[in-house]
Amino acid sequence: MSDFTRRAALKVAAATVGAGACARALAPLQGWAATLTLEEFLQRHYKELSREQMERTLRRIEEQTLAQHGVQVDVADPRPLPDVQFAYALNLSLCIGCRRCAEACHEENNHDRATNNSYIRVLQLKKGSLSLDHAVVDYAGEVPAEGHFYMPVQCHQCDNPPCVDVCPVEATWKEADGIVVIDYDWCIGCRYCEAACPYHARRFNWSAPTIPPEEINPDQGYLSNRIRPAGVMEKCTFCLHRTREGRLPACLEACPTGSRVFGNLLDPDSDIRWVLENKRVFVLKEDLGTQPRFFYFFDK
Amino acid sequence: MDHAPTPSTRIPTAEHITSYPRFILRALWLATEGGVGFYLWMFVLTALMLVGLNAFAHQTAEGLAVTAMTDHVSWGMYIGNFTYGVGLAAGGVMMVIPAYLYRDKDMHDVVIVGELLAIAAIVACLAFVNVDLGRLDRAWHMLPIVGRFNWPVSMLTWDVVVLAGYLLLNLHVVGYLLYMRYLGRSPSKSWYLPFVFLSIIWAISIHTVTAFLYCGLGGRPFWNSAVLAPRFLASAFVTGPAFIVLTLQVIRHVTRFPVAEGAIETLLKILRVTVILNLFLVACEVFTQFYTGGAHVTSATYLFFGLHGHDALVPWIWCAIACNLTATAILLTASFKKHTGWITAACGLALMGVWTEKGLGLIVPGFVPSTLHEIVEYLPNQVEWKVSIGIAALALIVFTLGLKLAIAVFTGEMQRHDEPT
Repeated sequence: MSDFTRRAALKVAAATVGAGACARALAPLQGWAATLTLEEFLQRHYKELSREQMERTLRRIEEQTLAQHGVQVDVADPRPLPDVQFAYALNLSLCIGCRRCAEACHEENNHDRATNNSYIRVLQLKKGSLSLDHAVVDYAGEVPAEGHFYMPVQCHQCDNPPCVDVCPVEATWKEADGIVVIDYDWCIGCRYCEAACPYHARRFNWSAPTIPPEEINPDQGYLSNRIRPAGVMEKCTFCLHRTREGRLPACLEACPTGSRVFGNLLDPDSDIRWVLENKRVFVLKEDLGTQPRFFYFFDK
Repeated sequence: MDHAPTPSTRIPTAEHITSYPRFILRALWLATEGGVGFYLWMFVLTALMLVGLNAFAHQTAEGLAVTAMTDHVSWGMYIGNFTYGVGLAAGGVMMVIPAYLYRDKDMHDVVIVGELLAIAAIVACLAFVNVDLGRLDRAWHMLPIVGRFNWPVSMLTWDVVVLAGYLLLNLHVVGYLLYMRYLGRSPSKSWYLPFVFLSIIWAISIHTVTAFLYCGLGGRPFWNSAVLAPRFLASAFVTGPAFIVLTLQVIRHVTRFPVAEGAIETLLKILRVTVILNLFLVACEVFTQFYTGGAHVTSATYLFFGLHGHDALVPWIWCAIACNLTATAILLTASFKKHTGWITAACGLALMGVWTEKGLGLIVPGFVPSTLHEIVEYLPNQVEWKVSIGIAALALIVFTLGLKLAIAVFTGEMQRHDEPT
């Protein structure tokens, strides 16, 4: 055998061993690849789906939920209503920091049970300052604590949203009624929006969410509370699957103090209009120019 | 690099159809030829790459939850290494500028090392951003036309454009020059010089755009600084030359490729300026943060001194500063000027210092404290280390093979006229 062919044979042998090692290294991907379907892979962006394509997609999600969680759910795609501009206000004088809004959000929006996720974080602040520097999130014990007040923070549905600007694939946008949404089937999970948001309003699905079947909320929206896939962003949508059908957000219904006011800015008789016209409201981090649709005010 | 063309080496254009694939085939064969040292080096790199690949496969199957990242610190080591890699890629231009703008003969002979470094570093950068994606299967959404490309508003789309462009530019220049050398022909200036000059501007752009990814975010005061892009460039021009000096020393030891002392001298001259410039810009940033105080200084306080008992990054950043200061001191000490050992140490320290300062030291404090002032700490875990080392090994494989081919062509070891028949 000539030197050349011996070398070639050795190289082929080495390449075979290398390819085998490579296959072994990639073995964990087998289960993952089995969960991917061509239909999902090729699915277009929300805004490019025809009515029929959207119907098919909604049925597919329902079937997948049944297969994976054993629960029959109803996934709809409610669209923005004409002449509606949603806004939210929160009375800091009334809020007692009980976190029932955060819990209601957790249940309504089919959040991951393992991480106890919620779109709402309630900050405990010392009376005398609005600075978030000394805010405490993991407070415990009796509420309201003496000398403190509470500030729940969720997505402010900004009119100038930095999260939407930074998204490289237009997976997040502002709807006609002012709600900032995410197409969970288009998001690539780069988390640039999470870095851009000044209000810690966005969350990432670090793994597939786990929820006991009996706790799954079957009333679901494509852009809101359907069970999110792993590896994508999620955020508060003012419960659009409820509010676009004339109901109130879950966090508002859960509030025992009546601190929360939600409504249509274009309706002159709405509570939200009354608050904005009669209370001295403020927004968080106004200097950043994000123009939130979430207002805070004190009664006294 | 200029070779007088000899009539015997001229081939008709149509022959490129057969001669170019043969060039590629021979390059591939050559890539697997070498001594014991070469095989050992490649074996170790391949093993490390496979360890990284395996960790990445687990991460893909189980989700990014297997990393140490959280909703509070949502970017970590991957994005830090990405930033560092872009700097290395841009730093390669510090050979291109002397070689082509100042017509430095010694540098001209070895400039291909800088261009190959750019290619290898961009490969690593692309790998680092892709392993950081939650949905790698949807990466095609980022392609123009077939996906939805949020250009020009999203800085990330700019980054995709400039990184891909820089990779293509360097692949073209390197591929063209090597192929011409292989044929024994002198390269036609109009086929590569415009691309070389474009790549100089492009190198600046890749790192500027990478800085703009961070500094345009109003909600993150730590990054929201106009000096970030200049800082990135200054540190890139530290790491690029430092890495190339180390590479040239290795090449001198293990190959017959002639590396003129002048090229290393020029790189060291550049380094002596850029290490100081980098430290100066860091000092400007630190002064502005601490003298101003208030909300803008909390992240910097966390980084340098710790905040409310949280101090995971404190040893890292002081170690980085010590590395940078020591490297600067060595480079500026006249008696060490000709001493290879000290020069090697200085380059290694500078690479370490910038990696820490620009990786974890820049990315993580942007998230600590969070936008609602919660303090959640981050240090990379085993999965992130494995994947990162795997990607570094992949980049070194690309770099090694590129250098091997370039050196074989330049030393005449691989020429068209001695093709096996």
